[in-house]
Amino acid sequence: MAADSLVLLAADLAGGRVRVVDLTHTLSPDFPPIVLPPECGQSWPFRQEEISRYDDRGSGWYWNNFSCGEHTGTHFDAPAHWISGRDLPNGTTDTVPVQNLIGPACVIDCSAESAADADFLLTVEFLERWEARHGRIPTRAWVLMRTDWSKRTDPVAYQNLDETGQHTPGPSSEAVRFLVQERDVMGFGTETIGTDAGQAIHLKPPHPCHYYMHGAGRYGLQCLTNLDQLPPTGAIIICPPLKMLKGSGSPLRVLALVPG
Amino acid sequence: MTAPFTRPKRKNPVLRTRLPLPPPGARSRAALGLSAAAAMGKFKLQVCEACRCVQYPPREACGSCLSPRLRWREQDGFGELLADTQVHLSQEPYFRERAPWRIGMVRLDAGPTVIVHLHSACGPAPCRVRVGARLDKAGQGVLIGFPVDEVANMADDRQLREMTCDPKFRKVLITDGKTAVGQALARTIIAAGADLVWVGQAEPWKRSAGLEALSALPQVAIVPLDLTDSSSVVEAAGSIGGRVDILINNAEVHRTYGISARNGTDAARLEMDVNYFGLLRLAQGFGPAMRGRAADGAAGATAWVNLLSIYALSNFPPHGTFSASKAAALSLSQALRAEMRGSGIRVINVFPGPIDDEWNQPLPPPKLAAEALAKSVVSALKDGVEDVYPGDVAQEWLARWEENPKVLERELTA
Ligand SMILES: [Zn+2]
Repeated sequence: MAADSLVLLAADLAGGRVRVVDLTHTLSPDFPPIVLPPECGQSWPFRQEEISRYDDRGSGWYWNNFSCGEHTGTHFDAPAHWISGRDLPNGTTDTVPVQNLIGPACVIDCSAESAADADFLLTVEFLERWEARHGRIPTRAWVLMRTDWSKRTDPVAYQNLDETGQHTPGPSSEAVRFLVQERDVMGFGTETIGTDAGQAIHLKPPHPCHYYMHGAGRYGLQCLTNLDQLPPTGAIIICPPLKMLKGSGSPLRVLALVPG
Repeated sequence: MTAPFTRPKRKNPVLRTRLPLPPPGARSRAALGLSAAAAMGKFKLQVCEACRCVQYPPREACGSCLSPRLRWREQDGFGELLADTQVHLSQEPYFRERAPWRIGMVRLDAGPTVIVHLHSACGPAPCRVRVGARLDKAGQGVLIGFPVDEVANMADDRQLREMTCDPKFRKVLITDGKTAVGQALARTIIAAGADLVWVGQAEPWKRSAGLEALSALPQVAIVPLDLTDSSSVVEAAGSIGGRVDILINNAEVHRTYGISARNGTDAARLEMDVNYFGLLRLAQGFGPAMRGRAADGAAGATAWVNLLSIYALSNFPPHGTFSASKAAALSLSQALRAEMRGSGIRVINVFPGPIDDEWNQPLPPPKLAAEALAKSVVSALKDGVEDVYPGDVAQEWLARWEENPKVLERELTA
């Protein structure tokens, strides 16, 4: 039975009946990292230094060294990233159970609301209205918050900083608790820098998505793109982080399998 | 008066760009004392400790009493111009290209008679002049005869301009436009006559009101430039590197930690990445094109300025990792100076004491204002000096360091 479904999947992939959508931004030096006060420890932005390029440093080959933080570009947040998840088993990138890294995705379209209000918070009521149209969010699903924020190609607009900090949409504290406790989701994904809203330090608790998701051993995906190419339900995402020893997160390639 | 320097005509792109040829640069070890003093903006000659006789040319032993106890002492330079002439023919390619060249013979009031490059406003002989020392295109100290009294456009003398790096009509890159120092540098150098000032902008999402105000000036253009990003430096060099006449590297990261005050290497590494590796990336990106344009017309590429710190001389432990990064940058800038010297591009190192910014917030005054620092940089360009120690704190530390670096180290680490 299982073998049959893989044969069918292979045929559907080959025949274009299942499309593969890349939900990943290119890792580039210009992609903005999270902004913290300068006295804090800083996550490195992506950097590339040539080792050789068919030249005197290596005549026949081209390669680079790269550097970046665990939370640079499109990236995965492991439970150990947050203090609430620090003592959980299997909470780092090397120990995350791999079966958790492939699963169904529910895409909550908040693009209109986010365009109208950069500080938009996804609420329980909003999720319940979504469920009324698309069905109940299944257990162990990935919930992806579509805001079209990834279409802001100007880094200034993407960061959207002013003198009170960052203004980007995210989930409310109650919505996160609802997803973790009532729907038992696998993780939460966003298009912005952070699974939490830009102003989430002022919520109760601060950064509720990090706090509750990771406290419950669930995961985060950030800086996603192309969520507008996914159906509300029916897609499967594949999101394995690099297997780094005791990693709190990792840049990664996120792929979605989409019917049609 | 001197004829004012007027805006050079645009370059004829059909003609070969003139190669930079240095004037004769060989000096005896003794004579380098004159260069070292000129690099700091001073005219010094050796004076015999035994018989007070002032020496010229520099030598190993007193020309009068043979005592080896000769000390370099600052001179006021006053003297009598005995003779002056124009050199029309020279075997030296550098002077052939620049003929005629005016020289003179001056009997200093202090004693010796010296040959000088003669400012156009002097003379004819006999008359009173004042001799000063400058660095020539080879980076060596030479003597110049100036008129005793200031004349109009004195800095515009054609021969003197060979020894200086005047910003007038030149194009300048300031690597960080977001700091108060960067903004003051831009305004000051525009006031000094610069034609165009590119100001670097890293992390554009962190907006700067000062930079936005600066960008309203017609002479200012913002250029994306992040010294931690090799590809950004390469791209900026590719875009504007062939037009930069003066590069002022003011980008710096300053964190205020010693070794024990902060775990890990993140802050120290960021300091090194900008203060040291940033300079290295810039030198690889912009150095070759600037060297190639060092004799490109009357206002070609001329100077490279590094914003260092007085802490580069001796570590200030409360800012220990910052001091180390600036010491590394100082060492690298000496290598850059060596690589630039053959072309005549002057590498100017600026060693300020604490600047009045947020990272020096807890320090009591005196702290150096951004405007004062900017003025000292422009003065250094106009005077063509190599090392600048702006402000009272820097001057005081320098004096202590020159007197006994080991004593200063013990004072700072007490
Ligand atoms: Zn003597």
